[in-house]
Amino acid sequence: MREQEGRLVASLAQQGISRRTFMKYCATLASMMALPPSAGIAMAEAMASSRRPSVIWLPFQECTGCTESITRSHSPTLEGLIFDAISLDYQETLMAAAGHQAEEALEKAIEDNKGKFVLIIDGSVATGLDGAYSCIAGRSNLELLKKVAPHAAAIVAMGSCAAYGGIPKANPNPTAAVSVSDIIKDKPIVNIPGCPPIPVVMTGVLAHFLTFGSLPELDKLGRPKAFYGETIHDRCYRRPFYDQGKFAKTFDDDGARNGWCLFELGCKGPITYNACATVKWNGGTSWPVESGHGCLGCSEPDFWDGGGFYKALSMPANPLKLAAGAAVAGAAAGVAISFANRAKKGAAKAAHETTTLADLEK
Amino acid sequence: MNEMQLLTWARGTGLDFAVGIFLLGVLWRLIEIYSLGRKKDLSAARQAAGASGWHTIFRRSVPAEGMLKKSPVSYIGGYTFHIGLAICVFLFAPHIKLIQSLTGLSWPGLPSQFVDLIAVVTIAAMVVVLVDRINKPVKRYLSTFQDWFTWTLTFLPVLTGWMAVQHLLLPYTTMLAIHILSVELLLVFLPFTKLFHAFTVFGSRWYIGTVNGHKGVAV
Amino acid sequence: MSATMEKGVRVLKEVIDAPIASYFSSCVHCGICAEACLFYTETGDPKYTPIHKLEPLRRIYEQEYTLLGRLKKMVGLSKPVTDAELGEWQELVYNSCTLCGRCSAVCPVGNDIVYMVRKMREGMSASGNAPVGIKGAVNRTITIGSPMGVKLPAVKAQMKHVEEDYGLPIPLDAEGAEYMVMLSSMEIINFPEYLGAIAKIMDQAGKTWTLCSTAFEATNAGMQIGNSDLAKVLVSRIVDGAEKLKVKTVISPECGHAYTALRWEGANLIGRPFTFEVKHIIEVLGEFQEQGLLKTEGFETDKLTFHDPCQLARRGGVIKQQRNLMNMVAKNFVEMPDAGYMNWCCGGGGGASAIEEGEELRIEAFKKKKSQLDAVKPDRLVTACANCRIVLEEGLEHYQMDIPVVGLTEMIAEHIPEKGA
Repeated sequence: MREQEGRLVASLAQQGISRRTFMKYCATLASMMALPPSAGIAMAEAMASSRRPSVIWLPFQECTGCTESITRSHSPTLEGLIFDAISLDYQETLMAAAGHQAEEALEKAIEDNKGKFVLIIDGSVATGLDGAYSCIAGRSNLELLKKVAPHAAAIVAMGSCAAYGGIPKANPNPTAAVSVSDIIKDKPIVNIPGCPPIPVVMTGVLAHFLTFGSLPELDKLGRPKAFYGETIHDRCYRRPFYDQGKFAKTFDDDGARNGWCLFELGCKGPITYNACATVKWNGGTSWPVESGHGCLGCSEPDFWDGGGFYKALSMPANPLKLAAGAAVAGAAAGVAISFANRAKKGAAKAAHETTTLADLEK
Repeated sequence: MNEMQLLTWARGTGLDFAVGIFLLGVLWRLIEIYSLGRKKDLSAARQAAGASGWHTIFRRSVPAEGMLKKSPVSYIGGYTFHIGLAICVFLFAPHIKLIQSLTGLSWPGLPSQFVDLIAVVTIAAMVVVLVDRINKPVKRYLSTFQDWFTWTLTFLPVLTGWMAVQHLLLPYTTMLAIHILSVELLLVFLPFTKLFHAFTVFGSRWYIGTVNGHKGVAV
Repeated sequence: MSATMEKGVRVLKEVIDAPIASYFSSCVHCGICAEACLFYTETGDPKYTPIHKLEPLRRIYEQEYTLLGRLKKMVGLSKPVTDAELGEWQELVYNSCTLCGRCSAVCPVGNDIVYMVRKMREGMSASGNAPVGIKGAVNRTITIGSPMGVKLPAVKAQMKHVEEDYGLPIPLDAEGAEYMVMLSSMEIINFPEYLGAIAKIMDQAGKTWTLCSTAFEATNAGMQIGNSDLAKVLVSRIVDGAEKLKVKTVISPECGHAYTALRWEGANLIGRPFTFEVKHIIEVLGEFQEQGLLKTEGFETDKLTFHDPCQLARRGGVIKQQRNLMNMVAKNFVEMPDAGYMNWCCGGGGGASAIEEGEELRIEAFKKKKSQLDAVKPDRLVTACANCRIVLEEGLEHYQMDIPVVGLTEMIAEHIPEKGA
């Protein structure tokens, strides 16, 4: 094992991270994914091994926020380094090559690792005008995806755009953007939604794939259960204020200063499944709710069209347009019926024949 | 349609239509009912009816003499689920927020654990009154499809709301959407079923109170 | 021979009003009214649930006066009410309802069920679905002048007897008298002591009073059958008589429904307020008592209880007076359970006692009264309604209970000291 782990551990050591720290990290990662402790060791072994699985990263309709999140904001943390442990054979933003060279690298990586590489995609797939809205080297994303995907061992849809269509898909969706899973049906796909997603989630998924050669357990929306099993709300440190009915009403009132619940300011924590509240961001520094802003629900499908970021979840998503008209229509209907009723009653009265004794008999 | 779209539809278009139909129905039905009018009572009053109608609106909430013992399940179950419903609907913070966004009115809510407990009690009481409706010959005899239907309409929002909060059976988002949809169903049917007693009960009590006041009968 | 279903429905269309619409819209089928109805409590048959007795009325209301009901009727979801159905409902609307008003008193949503039964009877009678017994009573009241066929000569004969027995004049058609005293035919035939009691009481109070030759009968079978046209004919006789004699107050006899017909329905039937007051004899006695015009001596010493006539107490608002009067002459007056506002009906009010085929049910329902009586075991039962009295006597006899029934007015009169004594 020592032999095998040589390169990664050596590279870690160069950056001042001991083997012990690395093992501990793997154990934490395993526990975060609700795997048995032994899995931590297995992960460490697998990741440290000289096998460097090929990873091809294709950017589609995206903002590069996902790449930023993974590569830069956490550098030089372990996530970034583990990232180094893989053979990232194609990543436009990061690779040195450009133009035809880059395309050649892609072709080569596919050829060399047919059926074995992991395909990471960030960004949604534009399907309008045959995908012409988003092209690389004259090829539409749609075409590229259909070409590359069949050769991949598994696909990771990185970020909400790739996972669910994201912002490009937001109403009115001019590019007819869709998610990866809308196009590719016959490959294992793991969605790592978030805008951007939490880096450790990706590391965890990769580690799992490296260790067990399979994807972790997913929920109905294709997300790793280990990270998306609970809502922000349920894990939120401000939850007790919600339960007590203590809400910040504006962003600068006493409630806000006292750190009360942001539900009334539109926090989507209750309907958002993600690990922000536990893992936090920027190396555990903080996360949106801790910094005083409600959750936007970015890891949920169609979060952009969820009825306004600053509208409490229990409020109408849109202004009620029908109410006034309906009330008028109801009153009008009532009045119309009342006229009909009065006419009917009047007619019955007019037709009244005074009852005599004989009229009691049939 | 995914869960988020369902929820957004429920919070958006669905709510718009439901509130619209509710308002339309309430106004239509109220005018339909009360525009029938009634004849002026020409008999000499024993005493001016005065506020006896208003008085009866409150007094009829209290069981008539000796009746509590005769029909304990109806009264205790009825009280529990009506009060429980009122607490869940009007004193749960997210609901207050909804009412505030619709009407501008707001008031303090109760701790959610307390509302949660009340919801459980309400659910239990509703099950009890349902069982009573099935078991009691009179209630069973009187019951029509509408009685079972309106029970379901009332029960579903409480159950789904509670299940959503408790994360039971379905993901919160789905359950919340179902909860809102069930409330919308309730709103749509309320004006056109016996649930409309939520409005006409005041008129009915007022009428009998006024008549009794006129006669000098206890109100 | 001209009663038709069509007429029945038309009449119901006339009488359905906002309260009825509100009541039907408010009913939640809680069934609490059943617990208040002696016909249900004593038989356990859910068909006697008060609100169920109104089912045809509810459907007619819904089909005629609600948009959804009209649509339902149009597409056949709601079947029109048939004559046969109303025939079936006769037992529920008449035999098993005495208009006692307990259901109206307990309804949690405030539905005045009796108000609706009264109105439903309009349609029942106009469609020819009223019971034979009540039809007979109406017939006799309209044609002869009283439901029991009593005519003026019979009244005059009784007057003569009473005058002889009591040594007091019984004025007839005395213009300008303060009080015009009405009788019920039961009192004329079965309880002539009532007339004597009135004579003594008025004599002691120093009030002028009179009977009226054109209006001595107070009972209103027209109201019991539920026909406003016929009820109006009967009320008009009294109004004409009272106005002709220019009396200040018309005294309704010890008869519950006569009181309701005259006191609460009368002005509405003739379409204008009365020019005179209407009081139940118990109210008048209560006033005399308060004003010190009623003085008695001696006490009844046996155990007495009082049966509140529904129309007097629950539907008429007279509850305290009879108790004050009882205590004036009785040492051992005990109340039955539920006495007063929530008292149980004798089982024969609202015309029910005139329905022969309803007797079995009436006797069954009387078990309620029996249990009330068993709870206090009185030596005698006092009441203030001649119809209650007859029904109570029948029931007591059937259950072999040896409890004599007496009228309160007579009992009071017995304690009025003889003049000059």
